[in-house]
Amino acid sequence: MKVNYYPGCTLKSKAKNLEDAAIASMKKLGIEMEEVERWNCCGAVHSLADDDLIHQVASVRNLVRVKEQGGDKVLTLCSMCYNSLARANLLMRDDKEKRGTINSFMDEEIDYFGEIEVVHLLNFLENEIGWDKIREKVKVPLKDLKIAPYYGCTLQRPKEVGIEPVGSFNLMINFIEALGASVVKFPASAYCCGSYQVLGDGDAAGDAAATILNMAKTAGANVLAVSCPLCEFNLGKKQKTLLSEQKILEKIPTFYFTQLLAIALGLKPEVCRFELNEKSVVEFLKSKNYLSS
Amino acid sequence: MPVKISSETTTKDFVQKIEELSGQNVHLCFQCGTCSGSCPMLEHMDFSPRKVMHIIQLELEKGLDNINTCWICASCHTCSARCPRGIDIARVMEALRQVILRKNKNYIEPSKLSEEAVKECPQIAMVAAFRKLTS
Repeated sequence: MKVNYYPGCTLKSKAKNLEDAAIASMKKLGIEMEEVERWNCCGAVHSLADDDLIHQVASVRNLVRVKEQGGDKVLTLCSMCYNSLARANLLMRDDKEKRGTINSFMDEEIDYFGEIEVVHLLNFLENEIGWDKIREKVKVPLKDLKIAPYYGCTLQRPKEVGIEPVGSFNLMINFIEALGASVVKFPASAYCCGSYQVLGDGDAAGDAAATILNMAKTAGANVLAVSCPLCEFNLGKKQKTLLSEQKILEKIPTFYFTQLLAIALGLKPEVCRFELNEKSVVEFLKSKNYLSS
Repeated sequence: MPVKISSETTTKDFVQKIEELSGQNVHLCFQCGTCSGSCPMLEHMDFSPRKVMHIIQLELEKGLDNINTCWICASCHTCSARCPRGIDIARVMEALRQVILRKNKNYIEPSKLSEEAVKECPQIAMVAAFRKLTS
């Protein structure tokens, strides 16, 4: 089975570990992810100003590409891409006036009416593959991992595009359980990691990230699972800085959920590209015997 | 600091401008403070989101001069998800940013970002920050 796949900018460089682990895992599960041709940046954030239609164009153009290539759904991994594409899609489906303006602005493209379904990989795993099948395919149950599921903002808000209702985290809970790991529920699963404020106000973003890391640690987690490259940056790679600023007292290994899937499916560690994670994750995996030294 | 209400501090049609940009009715706000209680950035804000909503209702545009609230907002939409009056406060914050950005003023200068930040930050951080904080 093939599925159209939109990677987005970050997955082609700084978050190659999110992408490579996903492609390899999906192949193992019998799904071929076919990259949308001629895709462009989604714009990262949905424009919230009512009259600002120009910033919807980048996302809509990607959806047009999928339609042009004969697809009816597009798979995303990055939470921000998911959110931007899904919201632009809703706008094109539901707002006749704005749809008309955007379609006539992009007169070189075919008209678009919001007909593509934008799907996040977690929904795809549940609906198209199923947790039972994943459980059967697991070669290395992650029984020593106590994983805190982290969604951040863009997988759940606004509710119109949420991968599941606000405040419910069953997709990741079922995913973690299917991999043989234990779930550590904690109150900060949908807290904001500080997002792009890491460039606007680093101190405020650091405090937001530290709150989440401290809560996960206090709840007893030894791993944090994320789906967004910006969350991974603020909650993973930034841990060294947060430690030196004494905002956190201990590191907590942070992984993309696709990396956890790849380990559990028994894939070669090279597909996980751990060199792109925060440094301590490799030692951690070795200590739990999930990586040979 | 108290903000005086006078013809010098209020801007006629400020509410209308914010409502047009945000598509939200700011007068629905009854000042319960759920937004402020939910905001992950509150402690770094000069004024809480609740107070900013009140200032907008009173058309006190001057009262928001040099107030960092909309610039610290990370558009996480927690306030919007929780507002009992159904106001999408993240859109109101965007409108406040747009009023200033459309005067060609930037909150951050891309050229002044440290080399380290540019090298390390994921692309989505930069694209998002430039979209939200520069004109």
